[in-house]
Amino acid sequence: MTLERSTRDDTLILNVGPQHPSTHGVLRIVLELDGETIVRAEPVIGYLHTGFEKEYERRTYLQAVTLTDRMDYLSTLINNLGYALAVEKLFDLEVPPRARVLRVLLAELTRINSHLVWLGTTALELGAMSVFLYCMRERELIMDLNEMISGARMMTSYIRPGGLTMDIPEGFIGKVEEFLRLMPCRIQEYEDLLRDNELWIERNRGIGVLPAETALALGVTGPILRASGVAWDLRKAMPYSGYEEYDFDICVQTDADCYARYRVRVDEMRESLKIIRQALDRLPDGPVVTDDRKVAPPPRHELALSMEALIHHFKLFTEGMKPPAGEVYAAVESPRGELGFYVVSDGSGKPYRIHVRAPSFANLQVLAAIAPGHLVADLIAITASLDPVMGDVDR
Amino acid sequence: MAKSVHPAIPKLEPLVGPVAATQAHGETTIAVPADRIRNAALLLRDDSELDYSQLADLTAVDRLDLDEQPRFLIVYHLLSHRRRERLRLHVPLPDDDPAIASVVAVWPTADWFEREVYDLFGIRFVGHPNLRRIILSDDWEGHPLRKDYPIGIEDVAFTHTVGRIQPQQVDLP
Repeated sequence: MTLERSTRDDTLILNVGPQHPSTHGVLRIVLELDGETIVRAEPVIGYLHTGFEKEYERRTYLQAVTLTDRMDYLSTLINNLGYALAVEKLFDLEVPPRARVLRVLLAELTRINSHLVWLGTTALELGAMSVFLYCMRERELIMDLNEMISGARMMTSYIRPGGLTMDIPEGFIGKVEEFLRLMPCRIQEYEDLLRDNELWIERNRGIGVLPAETALALGVTGPILRASGVAWDLRKAMPYSGYEEYDFDICVQTDADCYARYRVRVDEMRESLKIIRQALDRLPDGPVVTDDRKVAPPPRHELALSMEALIHHFKLFTEGMKPPAGEVYAAVESPRGELGFYVVSDGSGKPYRIHVRAPSFANLQVLAAIAPGHLVADLIAITASLDPVMGDVDR
Repeated sequence: MAKSVHPAIPKLEPLVGPVAATQAHGETTIAVPADRIRNAALLLRDDSELDYSQLADLTAVDRLDLDEQPRFLIVYHLLSHRRRERLRLHVPLPDDDPAIASVVAVWPTADWFEREVYDLFGIRFVGHPNLRRIILSDDWEGHPLRKDYPIGIEDVAFTHTVGRIQPQQVDLP
């Protein structure tokens, strides 16, 4: 393979990964080195390929929900949401207001969860072990909330086409309130450990600089793009699920280096807290699932009384919902950038084709562009700052 | 409802001939012939009124089971940051040795996306700088996202009971 061959006779080829403690998952990087300096870095992906896109084609639309959160296991609820929005777009369906607000609330909790894992693992990879333990401590609170609503700590499958699986349980709001009270000072704690930490700054400042033009050309989205000075956030630019009604800022940095990406993600956690606060304050009462019986099953008590309800129930669980033939693309702002679901329906109970525009896939491409010129040790910081989730890259 | 013409259409038509546009679910789709995709891409990116600076997504659909001709459809999702608008391009491709001009030179992000389509659909992108499989291993046979690629025909990697297990009649009480 040409990959393993040097382009010069005085360089060394070094293989990093796919099994390596600091490559953020099963990512392989082929490095060409001139001494300690990277001449070429080529990411090799596919080690976590599971054939999700093929698998979608033999599931019903409801069963497919469970595949969405398994792709990006750190942004489960946002993946559920992106898929649900795409299917609802096919139906031209609006979900009840309570479901809309809860979706935003859960999406922002998920964003904090993902950024916490990012911050913890990145700090760990750069040698700051305590930050990792602190981040995992707070992440645990969000996992508990996930467990409360869905019974699962990671693979939630809670947001579905038509609304939510069921209403939030008693005591959930109180737990979220508690989380909101706790979190600002916890984020401050991470900041105290890192923000002015000389080692942290030394390892991140000026490393992996990605100019805005390069970022845009390479299709970069999310926090990485915002750290390069482009104020682009789908929640503001093309709002979905009612994000236009919330007051929050797009976090932008201009230094475009690893440190800027760190700043953006930490600031985003604070903005997410603001959104969750507003969502709690405006949370209306009412149903959390659409009353469109072609999408969501009728409530249990109707089954004993209504023949029609029974038929709907039976049809939904044997054949599944059947969106009209057509195609849609729905994109949401995941913790990693633009997560798009391209769904093609042929009018049957199973999707004809689903393609996932995975943010990590597009973002990881820039590694080859920004790693050359840096030391081998900086590769760890650069890869971490891109925050790739390999399940999302390989699908 | 009055049908508004998408601003890209009058600009594209002198370049690529008559284009078909459809509106559904608030999304616009424009069909472009395969031999014109490079010109169309350059125009859509560079025209100051259109300004599709980012290629958000590139994928393909195998329409074998839809009984539509031609078999393949390359789907581009373009994004204009300034106008906050998306546009979908459809490029139909025939079954026989499907190939299309690469747009890597127009949107560098297409690099991995085109490799993925090449890998999983077997569609060649002419002019791509590095057209190799990206997801599957280099010695993989076939292209799994084609509709005629079956699921579950692979032999199990190991078994120690082959030939020894015989189905037996079970008498239920």
